[in-house]
Amino acid sequence: MTTALSQRGQELAPTPIVAAPRFLAPLAAGVVLAILLELVLPSPQTNLKSKIFLDIGINVILAVSLNMVNGFTGQFSMGHAGFMAVGGYAAATITYYGSFALWGNPDTHGVSGNALFFLACLAAGLVAAALGYLVGLPSLRLRGDYLAIVTLGFGEIVRVLVQLTQPVLVTPERVHEVGFPGVLGYLGGALGFSGQYGIPTYTNIFWAYAFVTVTLVSAYRMKRSTWGRAFLAVRENEIAAEAMGVHTTKVKVRAFVVAAFFAGIAGSLYGHETGALNPATLGFMRSFDIIIMVVLGGMGSVSGSVVAAVILTILPEALRPVADYRMVVYALSLIVMMILRPQGIFGIREVWELGPFKRFFVEKR
Amino acid sequence: MSRILQTLLDSLTVGSLYGLIALGYTMVYGILQFINFAHSDIFMLGAWFSFELSKTFGWSKNPPPFWAAPLVLILAMTLCGAVGFTIERLAYKPLRKAPRLNVLITAIGVSLLIENVGQLPWALGTQPQSMPTLINDRVLFSILGVGFHLVDLLVIGVAFALMVVLQWLVYGTKLGLGMRAVSFDTKTASLMGINVDAVISFTFVTGSALAAAAGLLFALKYSGLKQSADSQWVLLGLKAFVAAVVGGIGNVRGAVLGGLMIGAIEQFGAAYVYAPLRDVYVFSVLILVLLVKPTGLLGKAVVEKV
Repeated sequence: MTTALSQRGQELAPTPIVAAPRFLAPLAAGVVLAILLELVLPSPQTNLKSKIFLDIGINVILAVSLNMVNGFTGQFSMGHAGFMAVGGYAAATITYYGSFALWGNPDTHGVSGNALFFLACLAAGLVAAALGYLVGLPSLRLRGDYLAIVTLGFGEIVRVLVQLTQPVLVTPERVHEVGFPGVLGYLGGALGFSGQYGIPTYTNIFWAYAFVTVTLVSAYRMKRSTWGRAFLAVRENEIAAEAMGVHTTKVKVRAFVVAAFFAGIAGSLYGHETGALNPATLGFMRSFDIIIMVVLGGMGSVSGSVVAAVILTILPEALRPVADYRMVVYALSLIVMMILRPQGIFGIREVWELGPFKRFFVEKR
Repeated sequence: MSRILQTLLDSLTVGSLYGLIALGYTMVYGILQFINFAHSDIFMLGAWFSFELSKTFGWSKNPPPFWAAPLVLILAMTLCGAVGFTIERLAYKPLRKAPRLNVLITAIGVSLLIENVGQLPWALGTQPQSMPTLINDRVLFSILGVGFHLVDLLVIGVAFALMVVLQWLVYGTKLGLGMRAVSFDTKTASLMGINVDAVISFTFVTGSALAAAAGLLFALKYSGLKQSADSQWVLLGLKAFVAAVVGGIGNVRGAVLGGLMIGAIEQFGAAYVYAPLRDVYVFSVLILVLLVKPTGLLGKAVVEKV
């Protein structure tokens, strides 16, 4: 019986030739779009609107990645900013101290510098993912709010440890002397990683939206894959999922690892955007901001997270005219939103699965 | 030896404050199963109300009469109880049937609202303030060279008195019976003629009043009040929540035990190991306790029926 089922599954599964374009075509389209946006829009370093657009990109990556844990898998992580911080500091260490080692100064360096930045982003993702594995492990025993409070504790531990590093960065003359593991003791402490020169500001519209594309395509393809089905099964009913042969612990840890990977990349983009990282801005309040985006967009809806990230990044900026009352209005709209539409803007559905275009996208059963 | 005694006294003072705040978290969690993130802001309001009241009564300069502190305590508890009642009615009650995550987000929203309204110029403002001396603090007696300050003993004494009152309220009165019944099974409790909404409101009022008391005691001990949106308040609240979880959430005695434990770990860790890591000790203990006993020290495991 089982062999028959798995054979049937293999027959139904698309061949690589059919499956690859589904993944690669939107990826290529997104990267092309990112290049076009980079050419058209003014630099975020000088233009406020471009900067907000860039921030939207970073928040989209954060919200969509957290949605994999909180939305798809139904776990509750409150330490997403912790992964972001780890990624940001890992990447900043690589580009800042790496630039000294390679070129003797921490300026931005054309193509080779961007290549270093790309590698730093990947490294940031991997370091964060490794930590995601560690944080995901307690999900073996803990459920719901208990897991939430442990992830929150983890985020706080990361913040405190970063704050304990030396409140200075190593000077150019001493970089070679201090060497690699040594520089990890000099991350700016509570003052933040900025130093005399600051982190080289490599993040631009292209890098942000190239990574947004990767995140979105991965998240959406994952939601429709066997992995995603397993995530949703754990979310809907863990006991039933286990009875159907889903290895629930493995699935939960997997969600944490993938989400942490993208959060690490977002942290790297964030650090290289302004040239500074401050542990005070990467605490639990930042994690709450991301959770709010996920819940507002709809748990499990990739496009919902995108829409919520856009709204919640623009809203505080748009409310600037009311100055003092800005955050009051923000908080009030959050409460009203939760009371009036508890399932978030889109619930579990995607934008295109609602409204007049629904019939083109929703699979026939 | 005197250092151990001093640290022990500090642990007891800080721990009883944590315990007092943790009671509010644990009672709400026991009944509604959600983390009331706005609780740390009620604690903050308790401290700030005490400051504003003392200022209004004109005690900021003159040495106050002996009944000043008890009066401020009662007024602050009443005010915060009213705030807790209002929050529950307006923000949480409409969400009684919604998923718990929504209530949690609403709680974060309420927390942001209180913090940011507090920052408005006509409210508490953005400047840190210094609490007037309501209590003429002095060393009462000393053992082994450790001075026992009046404020420290007062913090411990008032906190424990309130805990005893709460213990009596929950386990010795009919209202407490109703609270325990609602916490055990809301639906059956309502079928047995318990007014669930009234019990929930009462829980919020009690928890908020205890947080207000903790706020006043905190302000008496550490007179520098940070502004309302400072992360110090949320962090103190979080540690109190950790205390509630470590003790076994939903359990009144567990909250007190957890508070004292977290206070001791923080103070002894800070005094004997490495002071800047104090928050790390607290959260590490939380993770360790939960991994060994996922329901906390005094919590009962709920058997999951399929």
